[in-house]
Amino acid sequence: MPSEVFEFELNGRPTEVMARPLATLGHVLREQLELRAAKAGCRQGGCGSCTVLVDGAPVLSCLLPVANVAGRSVTTLESFGGEDRLQQVFHEHFAVQCGFCAPGMLIAARALLDRNPSPTRGEIAEALVGNVCRCTGYESIIDAIVASAAGRPPSASDREAGRLAEVTES
Amino acid sequence: MSGTMSQQPFHVIGRGVERRDGMGHVTGTTEYIDDVRYPGMLHLKMVRNPLVHARIKGIDLSEAEQVPGFVRALTAADVPKNVYTILCLIGVEPDEEQVLAAERARYRGEPIVAVVAETEAAALEAVSKVKLDLEELPAVFDVEEALKPDAPVVTHWGTNYFVYEGHHCRRIRYGDAAAARASADHVVEGTYQTSPTEHAPTETTGCIAKPEADGRITVHTNTQALYFSLDNTAIILQIEPARLHFMGGTVGGGFGGKVDVITEPIACLAALKTGRPVRYVYSREEEMRVSSTRSGNRIRIVDGVMADGRIVSREVATWHDAGAYSRHSPYGATKHAANVAGPYTIPNVSIDVHCVYTNRQPSSAFRGFGVTEASFAIEMQMDRIARQVGIDPWELRLRNAYRNGDERPYRKTVEDATLIETIQAAAELVGHSLAPELRELRS
Repeated sequence: MPSEVFEFELNGRPTEVMARPLATLGHVLREQLELRAAKAGCRQGGCGSCTVLVDGAPVLSCLLPVANVAGRSVTTLESFGGEDRLQQVFHEHFAVQCGFCAPGMLIAARALLDRNPSPTRGEIAEALVGNVCRCTGYESIIDAIVASAAGRPPSASDREAGRLAEVTES
Repeated sequence: MSGTMSQQPFHVIGRGVERRDGMGHVTGTTEYIDDVRYPGMLHLKMVRNPLVHARIKGIDLSEAEQVPGFVRALTAADVPKNVYTILCLIGVEPDEEQVLAAERARYRGEPIVAVVAETEAAALEAVSKVKLDLEELPAVFDVEEALKPDAPVVTHWGTNYFVYEGHHCRRIRYGDAAAARASADHVVEGTYQTSPTEHAPTETTGCIAKPEADGRITVHTNTQALYFSLDNTAIILQIEPARLHFMGGTVGGGFGGKVDVITEPIACLAALKTGRPVRYVYSREEEMRVSSTRSGNRIRIVDGVMADGRIVSREVATWHDAGAYSRHSPYGATKHAANVAGPYTIPNVSIDVHCVYTNRQPSSAFRGFGVTEASFAIEMQMDRIARQVGIDPWELRLRNAYRNGDERPYRKTVEDATLIETIQAAAELVGHSLAPELRELRS
């Protein structure tokens, strides 16, 4: 199929790209628009490292054809800016080790908190089910999201607090 | 904490320390190798052995060369020193792994032809059009089968085992294990098998090599062993190491899987041959099916045990599956030999660890490799002894635990032993009541 022009909103700004309709959104973001926060971990929908938001819902950009986002709103980690509370708690809770899964994790966490501002640990785990982490361990990631949702400034005792929340639930 | 401790000028102990790279990770600005792009960058993809053990009779590039965007192909003949072994840097011999398979491919997925093209899609298409003329050879997958006289030969020297200083296996002899077993009250035998496992890092293995005007090559690599890769690349390319500028340290998960020398030599060669930057990054399928794994080990243990639970002899034979090439397996098998008596003081020990070549994809480094497998087998065996002899498994371990001043089978004296105290603390944590005399034991 020949290339076409696709228009969509990207991180709040009108954007247009020329691409083949079946080019993936991930390819367009990383190779054409040079937004490389979303990672290409498997390019087969298995790891979640490429997760972005489309109209507020988390999607795997390595599978989604760019034609599918025409006229829609795409949000990537670049829009968070570094001051976002989720980024701060991920950093302070050691919810990142090698960091490769972090962009996808943060996007999935944002989508969750936007629709459910105070999720349980079980709901957080469910929301992250499509995101693979191989080194940090999921507990510290869940702890960070718990701390973010609770609206507390992150502290050394948050990990313990996260565990208490788990105990309280069960 | 005592008063003197708190007066020490500690800046790290007892405090949370901010990760230097944390903000880069959470903002998505950390630069992993595949976030690097250069104008004119070429893409390298590999033609791999589709069989297991195969003789390579011919390679036909004619159709591949017609693919739009094809730039060039590299075969074994293009590699200045095609046969190497990673640990040659520390004197390990012989050279045996091929950068690109020449006459014989020894495992499924072994690289044979590197194709360089203008785009990744063109490289993949050209790879699909390379025609290989292969003759399938008999293959061996089982470590004990591989050591039989009539087994298919994997190596180029004729026997399927790594030679340790003239010996067919890594050996430890301490006391007289056979004699001690003969006079033991019980003989406890167990065989334990571990499976190969894949590291599965979220970021696949790869590098980008860029030739510079001054003749050097800049290499962005996610290796875990920068200088292993740099030095081996210099040896394989037969160039001065000073011509290689390796930049690494940002690794999207490794766990030992990125310790081998995999992508840099061929990417550097392609960069030199084409004069352009070359990207060679594994697909997920390559990461799963071609990259090294943890070895599968078969561990056979025969212990002589007295009625009171004292282990008086331990005889171990382990077969460590190196796969088709040794990589870090000789080292892993040696670590295994050192640890497979377990953290117990046993007066008579005999250990044979065979580092065996098979036609599996090569195994190599992976978090504690050699030791992890030993610990699994040893602790399974300890539980087996407890059941067979009829002794509490806690007591069995505490009675046999090594202590400060004991000698290990490899003739080092134990210092800083804490096994007894650790087991006592574990018992308390899980609410297991130890007999008073076991609570009083000390390392």
